[in-house]
Amino acid sequence: MRPFGYLTPPDLAGAIAAVTRRPGATFLAGGTNLIDLMKLGVAAPDLLVDVTGLLPDRIEPTAAGGLRIGAGVRNSDLAADPRVRAGFPVLARAVLTGASGQLRNMATVGGNLLQRTRCLYFQDVTKPCNKRVPGSGCPARAGDHRNLAILGGSPHCVATHPSDMAVALAALDAVVHIEGPAGPRAVPIAGPFGGLYRLPGDRPDRETTLERGDLITAVEIPPLAYAGNSAYRKVRDRTSYAFAVVSVAAATDVAGGVVRDARLAIGAVAPVPWRARAAERVLAGRPATSEWFGRAADAELAMASPLPDNAFKLTLVRNVVVRMLGELAGAGS
Amino acid sequence: MTTADDTSSELTLVVNGTAHRLRLDHRTTLLDALREHLGLTGTKKGCDHGQCGACTVLVGGLVGGRRVNSCLLLAVMAQGAEITTIEGLAAADGELHPLQAAFVERDALQCGYCTPGQICSAAAMLGEAAAGWPSAASASLTSPVVLDAAEIRERMSGNLCRCGAYVNILAAITDVARAAP
Repeated sequence: MRPFGYLTPPDLAGAIAAVTRRPGATFLAGGTNLIDLMKLGVAAPDLLVDVTGLLPDRIEPTAAGGLRIGAGVRNSDLAADPRVRAGFPVLARAVLTGASGQLRNMATVGGNLLQRTRCLYFQDVTKPCNKRVPGSGCPARAGDHRNLAILGGSPHCVATHPSDMAVALAALDAVVHIEGPAGPRAVPIAGPFGGLYRLPGDRPDRETTLERGDLITAVEIPPLAYAGNSAYRKVRDRTSYAFAVVSVAAATDVAGGVVRDARLAIGAVAPVPWRARAAERVLAGRPATSEWFGRAADAELAMASPLPDNAFKLTLVRNVVVRMLGELAGAGS
Repeated sequence: MTTADDTSSELTLVVNGTAHRLRLDHRTTLLDALREHLGLTGTKKGCDHGQCGACTVLVGGLVGGRRVNSCLLLAVMAQGAEITTIEGLAAADGELHPLQAAFVERDALQCGYCTPGQICSAAAMLGEAAAGWPSAASASLTSPVVLDAAEIRERMSGNLCRCGAYVNILAAITDVARAAP
């Protein structure tokens, strides 16, 4: 590992300035992904600016009826928060399915959103990877891609975003608050016209719309009347402590056998947490039946371009969506 | 005063109630500081990537402390915090922590390499359950926690045992969970 400096500035402005002025500097929060990537040689910062003592670490209700979650809130505290558990079960469930008890105690909300893909080629510095070394190539398309993207990928990169939390936040229309050298701003995590994340295109090394020195300070969840009728389902190769093969975050408002409104996001299928807006449009106003749930999934998956070894995800996503929407319709009507 | 160009720091680690003044390269993890600089080799290095849990220690004290992977925590990040390792679990008079005694009673190990991490993890896990934290195995997110086998397995999934002593690890932790007030 490359030697590095370590700073704990007195305030956020100092931390942002320290990272902005030094190209090799990076923010450090929980460190569960960054320290690992430094051990692997994938990340090699020459300065860590520790913001764990500076980031907001509380969860507060907003005037609108939602929640504002400080970026320094640990994953375990987020999942244990009574307001999250009762009001936004999809979020509590998503966080609880991620990592382990130890890692959830360390990992922060801001860091979770910015964790890097677990694509094997990205994590192996002896292999080419367009995300790690732009222009070096992508062995995944002809190699090991069983767990990589079926949606949103490009010829240059089919890596998947590994976060569970981000999938729930995408379904909930969360807004990410950012402080940076240009001042504060807010972007949707997965808006209809973009947001925090970028699709890879021909620049898979550019994963987010954050600029040097930008720091996520909070995540805001707007109120959603039917968020209590929400769920997260994660399919993985072992029962616990594994990344998703496919995951689905869903919330539905069903009355009289009809879907009045629905939110759907899919994880581990794309380079970004994938908000399934095409599926949502099919569901709105339609009968709450397996047939329509399947048609909704099909509408989303019509955009998919799977590779030989991950085409099974099409069936898996469809089955999980149909099952979950059926369970939510039963619970909510 | 540390500057951005310094690659080591003078820092204080408080481990099992004793403060240690050290100068450490920033690359030093808490795990390596414990083992290589303080001689506390009870905490084990398994994968060194946060995947096995052998390095689990408590940060914030034995009671109310949080379990963390010490292989992914830089020592410089842990300065000032109260760190508890497996060496700090037994009482001053040598009486074993209930989990240590239960692991012995239930023969909850084979090679023993994962055991310190298992026990430290379980100690904090019991506190999490007592505080009402749900898990992925909880049917309800809002009901009181009942530590049945499925709950304990899920909550302990961050600790691997390559010998496969899980059956007796589960039994040992269950004994202590049931005895808890």
